[in-house]
Amino acid sequence: MSRQVFAYIIHKDGKADDTAMEFAVAARKLDANAEVTAVVAGTGAALDAVANEVAALYKTVWKIDNAALEYPVADMVRKALVGILPKDAVVLVPHEHFGLDMAPGLSIQLDSPYIADVVDFESLDGGTLNAVRQEYSGMVSTHVACDIEGGAVITVRPGAFQADENAAAGGTVADKSGDVGDLTVGRRYLETVVAEVGDVDITKSEILVSVGRGIEDEDNLEIVHDLAKAMGADVSCSRPIVDAKWLEKSRQVGTSGQTVSPKVYLACGISGSFQHMGGIKGAPFIVAVNKNAKAPIFQVADIGIVADILEFLPELTEAVEEA
Amino acid sequence: MEILVCVKRVPDTSENEIQVNSSGTDIERDDLVYSVNEWDNYAVEEAIQIRDRVGGSVTVMTVGDDESEEVLRREMAMGADNGILLSDDAFENADGRAVASILKAAIDKGKYDLILTGAQADDGAGQVGGMLAAMLDVPYASLVNIIETIDDQKIKVGREIAGGNQEMNEMNLPCVLSIQTGINEPRYVGIRGIRKVASVEIPTMGAGDLGLDADAVAPKVKRLDYFVPDMGEGAEMLEGSTEEIIEKLMELLKAKGGIKS
Repeated sequence: MSRQVFAYIIHKDGKADDTAMEFAVAARKLDANAEVTAVVAGTGAALDAVANEVAALYKTVWKIDNAALEYPVADMVRKALVGILPKDAVVLVPHEHFGLDMAPGLSIQLDSPYIADVVDFESLDGGTLNAVRQEYSGMVSTHVACDIEGGAVITVRPGAFQADENAAAGGTVADKSGDVGDLTVGRRYLETVVAEVGDVDITKSEILVSVGRGIEDEDNLEIVHDLAKAMGADVSCSRPIVDAKWLEKSRQVGTSGQTVSPKVYLACGISGSFQHMGGIKGAPFIVAVNKNAKAPIFQVADIGIVADILEFLPELTEAVEEA
Repeated sequence: MEILVCVKRVPDTSENEIQVNSSGTDIERDDLVYSVNEWDNYAVEEAIQIRDRVGGSVTVMTVGDDESEEVLRREMAMGADNGILLSDDAFENADGRAVASILKAAIDKGKYDLILTGAQADDGAGQVGGMLAAMLDVPYASLVNIIETIDDQKIKVGREIAGGNQEMNEMNLPCVLSIQTGINEPRYVGIRGIRKVASVEIPTMGAGDLGLDADAVAPKVKRLDYFVPDMGEGAEMLEGSTEEIIEKLMELLKAKGGIKS
């Protein structure tokens, strides 16, 4: 019997996440001969819309419709999945806030190995999977080996696999709702508190001067504001600057912050973690200034400059002012 | 409230440039500066603040070698009441699941209302907390950046989700939470604080004490190598004197609409 791979599809407002298309490609790269099934959980018309959308990408879609899953709390989804997945299932889950909540526990309950935040599948030799992941915020990569013959839970980094826009599976939706038992768990969703809007809406900015850990001290932020003012840009930042409370949360670019689409993005002292880069859309012209020549940001930037921002930015400001 | 925080000693990426060694078997570990995992430090601070509000105790626990003891001492200098070191030659190659199994065995020997971990550590997996919760059969929430105590049966937690939004949940105790950076401002630990706890006895438990056999801690996911990812196209690096670099950059910025005048 061929290997059974399940792609767990997250969705919002009746639309499947981008990872739905990416996972169809990822599953084939994992095992070209696998039987691949998409799994969607939720309730009502929104879920039906997602299931039909996903059926265009996968031959089989398992739908779990349960009123309790109107907001899919990870503990509940996990319970539902344990009730319907075969023991030797290879399950793909997006490595983002829902996957981080749901997937590690799923691996324990299915008694399967867990591979986190995979960016590529290298090979499958018999039952041994060789996958690529990163450590130390993307500064180094590793190959990991794992026997997946008895199943596995694998979180896959969003954006790591290129979606195949021409994929057309013409699949069917199977309703698995009846096989799911009681979903009572010890965690209850209350509400979503929407982020406060700051004084500047960086999602609308055309030019961003973005600052990261390399600024070293709150007092040094002045050189960033000076440059932004000279360029006619807005100031944004990476996570550590918000954690330190040097700038407000509304200025944070990244998957846990704002998604921006400027024309020009000047990354100053930002290492370039995938969480940060995940907040930059629309292919801006990216200039990176970082004193560490090995910073991952240089892999994705258009222009790279190895320099200490504390010295470089004031000189650039002067040049802009004179221009 | 009896609170346990699971911590890890890791290379400090703000102090070190992480490089692959010449044979590609590991990162270059000579001269590495180690410290407590950044996320764990926020978790310990949060635990101390909760204890100071509602009473109880904070215990810090780690799976590691003798050198990991300094990390426990550092967190005790911050204000944790107790430290427990889980150490055994058999734990050396433990993967995330094995670490969760070791922690679970040690947790079964105590009684905790709230168990905290960092949201992730050096390997970026973010797995131990969720596994531990499933092993203990208690609720779990990841990426927590708000904790409000309600009573001794439940707590309210906020999780950081996309777009800077926050997902609020009520959770039954005991539970496991993984803590996101920024939840608080961890206090500074001075040399005097460390000295004060320098001679405190830290109990150590090994595989035998925890009733774990080799099979229970054998890694299922094995790291084969370390390598530097292919840069692909990568950035065009501007080189030369600062003056030359700035001249070239100014041209590019003007052409791309990066300067509004």
